[in-house]
Amino acid sequence: MQNILQISWIIPVLPFLAFACIGLILHRSPKGSAALSILAIGASFILSVLVAIKVFSGNPGQVFEMSFRWLNMPGLNVDMGILIDPLTAVMLIVVTTVALLVQIYSLGYMKGDPGFASYFAYQSVFAGSMLGLVVASNFGQIFVFWELVGMCSYLLIGFWFGRNSAKNAAIKAFVTNRVGDFGFLLGILFLMIVFGTLNYGELAVKIAGYDNMAVLLPIAILLFFGPMGKSAQFPLHVWLPDAMEGPTPVSALIHAATMVAAGVYLIARAFFIFSQVPQALILIAAVGGFTAIFAASIALVQNDIKRILAYSTLSQLGYMVMAMGIGAMTAGMFHLMTHAFFKSLLFLAAGSVIHAMHDEQNIWKMGQLSKKMPVTTWTFVIGALALAGIPPLAGFWSKDEILLGAYAGGYIGLYVLGSLVAFMTAFYMFRLIFTAFFGPNKEGHHAHESSPVMTTPLIILALLSIVAGFVGSPFMNNIFGHFITAPGAVHHEANVSIMVISSLLALAGIFLAWLIYQKEIISAESLRQRFSGIYKVLYHKFYIDEIYAWLGKVFVDGGARLLEWFDLKIINGAVNGLAFFTGWSGHTLRYAEDGQVQTYALYLFAGVAILLITALCAVFAAVV
Amino acid sequence: MIGLNHYLLLATILFGIGVYGVFAKRNAVAILMSIELMLNAVNINFVAINKFIQPGNTVGQLFAIFVIVVAAAEVSVGLALIISIYRQKKSVNLSDFNLMKW
Amino acid sequence: MGITLNDVVFVGVSGLTILAALGVVLSRNIIHSALALILAFLGVAVTFFQLGAGFIGLVQILVYAGAISVLIIFAIMLVMNVDAAQTNSPNPSRATQLWGALVALLLVIGLGGAIWFSELMPVLGPLPVADAVGAIAELLLGNYVAAFEAAAVLLLLAVVGAIILAKGVEEE
Repeated sequence: MQNILQISWIIPVLPFLAFACIGLILHRSPKGSAALSILAIGASFILSVLVAIKVFSGNPGQVFEMSFRWLNMPGLNVDMGILIDPLTAVMLIVVTTVALLVQIYSLGYMKGDPGFASYFAYQSVFAGSMLGLVVASNFGQIFVFWELVGMCSYLLIGFWFGRNSAKNAAIKAFVTNRVGDFGFLLGILFLMIVFGTLNYGELAVKIAGYDNMAVLLPIAILLFFGPMGKSAQFPLHVWLPDAMEGPTPVSALIHAATMVAAGVYLIARAFFIFSQVPQALILIAAVGGFTAIFAASIALVQNDIKRILAYSTLSQLGYMVMAMGIGAMTAGMFHLMTHAFFKSLLFLAAGSVIHAMHDEQNIWKMGQLSKKMPVTTWTFVIGALALAGIPPLAGFWSKDEILLGAYAGGYIGLYVLGSLVAFMTAFYMFRLIFTAFFGPNKEGHHAHESSPVMTTPLIILALLSIVAGFVGSPFMNNIFGHFITAPGAVHHEANVSIMVISSLLALAGIFLAWLIYQKEIISAESLRQRFSGIYKVLYHKFYIDEIYAWLGKVFVDGGARLLEWFDLKIINGAVNGLAFFTGWSGHTLRYAEDGQVQTYALYLFAGVAILLITALCAVFAAVV
Repeated sequence: MIGLNHYLLLATILFGIGVYGVFAKRNAVAILMSIELMLNAVNINFVAINKFIQPGNTVGQLFAIFVIVVAAAEVSVGLALIISIYRQKKSVNLSDFNLMKW
Repeated sequence: MGITLNDVVFVGVSGLTILAALGVVLSRNIIHSALALILAFLGVAVTFFQLGAGFIGLVQILVYAGAISVLIIFAIMLVMNVDAAQTNSPNPSRATQLWGALVALLLVIGLGGAIWFSELMPVLGPLPVADAVGAIAELLLGNYVAAFEAAAVLLLLAVVGAIILAKGVEEE
């Protein structure tokens, strides 16, 4: 079946073709557009499964690559090509699975929306771009698709462009990503200049023997800017919560499972660079760890169901990045995969709730939804349990491996932090569940269960959330880690006590949430008032948005004002001054023409005298 | 003991006096006279250099003759002009001829 | 070498010439200026004689001191409309006077310095040409005949032009 890899380049191309067809031909037919889009992603899914079978039945180090030269300039060579190795195969499966399920779900969710056809066009182009990013064989190509997914994110966040908040959120996402991409591009250019190639394989060979830290460290840090932007790490995290303005399936696909995971994927791909630079790894781990706890603390007090999930995504991304930073690249990728499944499940289920509650998103306005929406409720609970890390669901295995990596690698501080975040995660997820699905509030009674086209993907994802973790568990001898590894990645033996501790922490968090929100033994209101200062800071997301706005006002507006002053006073002044000087000199010089012949003769003779003296001096100087 | 440079120096001083005269006087005829002084200085130059540098060839003297010819022509025309202007303006002061003023 | 008669004569004559020239430019009476001018011309003529250019010296006296000076005095007479003593007052513009003096001084010093400090002191009194007139005539009608003819035309033009200008245009 060598041929399956030969035609693997079709996988990204099919959704692009679907996008082109919908855009050019089918946009008047909503049903046709949806059908074509789902067909394309379905075909890509099947091909990805075949590719994965081929790859995972081989040996882990095997890499399939084919490329052609796209840009050939002196000093700059960019190829376009395909690289299929186990890492790519995993990403292909994740992306195509979630994309297919989300598109099927969207048939129900976006029904009746006037932009139905263009929605599926955008979904297709996003799928194509993400798949292209995943199979890229060199940094130039990944950057191209990186930017493409950014563009798709912009289009999809601002999909309901009639709303101001959506427009602003789309712009915010794009601009924040731009900041990250700027650093990323600088890193890529740096790589090009120093090593002359952008191909992963060639670079791995060249960097393995390279030990000039003064060059590698800036490259590594600059490259990390990309994931900081795309995977929403602190301080470039601000766009992700606002991105919830887009339709919920979009949030599920892009801002939970795939696009934000692209940053983590990049770190895994470029691990051969990062593992050479220990300081960069420390930075990555610190940023990831901080983001994790930062986002989790904000999620504790949010009231919008999608915001809670968004901050949860931020927190989990922090986990993944932190895992990369401590060398546990396998754990990070494993968590990426499991997180894709259960987070998209959570978002789709939330979308089902929002749809049923007629676009109400405040959890305090929902309640006892379990009575009317059993499928949604129980799939949501399964997703939450997976996220909280309750064994034997998928999230437990992946999160545990990260905590294991922290503990066994000696990063005790990060281990404690990770455990604390696990506790908080369990707490806020079940706060949400008890408030919206169970709990005393009766407002959810008029809701009704969603149609099968929406609930079936939920069930499939719930099943995946349960079983997907086993590929990385000791039961299967960690077959995941067998395939997904990189030079410099660390592996540790399973540690039962770590597993027990993390499970207990998760259960403790659920118990605390039950006490406060279900049984109301501890009053939420009194807690809010006792810690009102902390509550206010957390609720306002640590005022980061306000700080950025102020910084923008001071620096950007201030800079603009400075430049305006410069332009008006100095540049205009120079031009006007020139004109004024011309006029003034004319005014003054005309008195040189006084009509007296002798004056004119004087000018003449003075010129002659000067010329003469100069010539004589020159001659005498030469002679002497 | 009187060499070429003495003659040239004499010519230079005459020339300088002529230049001064052009600016120091306002009578047009006086200025013409100063110009004649300058021309004479030039003549001295020509003849002196001819004598000291190339005595066999009398080109210098020839040039001096031509200078005298031209000077004569110029003086006659110049004075005719001055007389003509005098008829109009009843004055030969150069400061009165300021039609070229801005 | 000693001081020869030649040198004494030169110093005397050149001093006279210079004084006469100063008289031309400093005098307030234009008649005095004209007469000083004649004296200057004569001084220059003697200088020519000293240089062995007898023909040129005579031409100088004939043309300059004879014709041109007379012409100037005629012209002065024709345009004199004020008291003779005020005809040649200095330039009312002090600035022009001073600047003119400066430029003249600059020229003199510059040129004079260049002349004096150059290696141009052949203190030789080479033999004068035996027949200067003949040599000049040969050149005039030989190599430089074109210039000769042109000079003739020039003189004609000058005469005609002077007549027309001086005669003036008759009022209709």
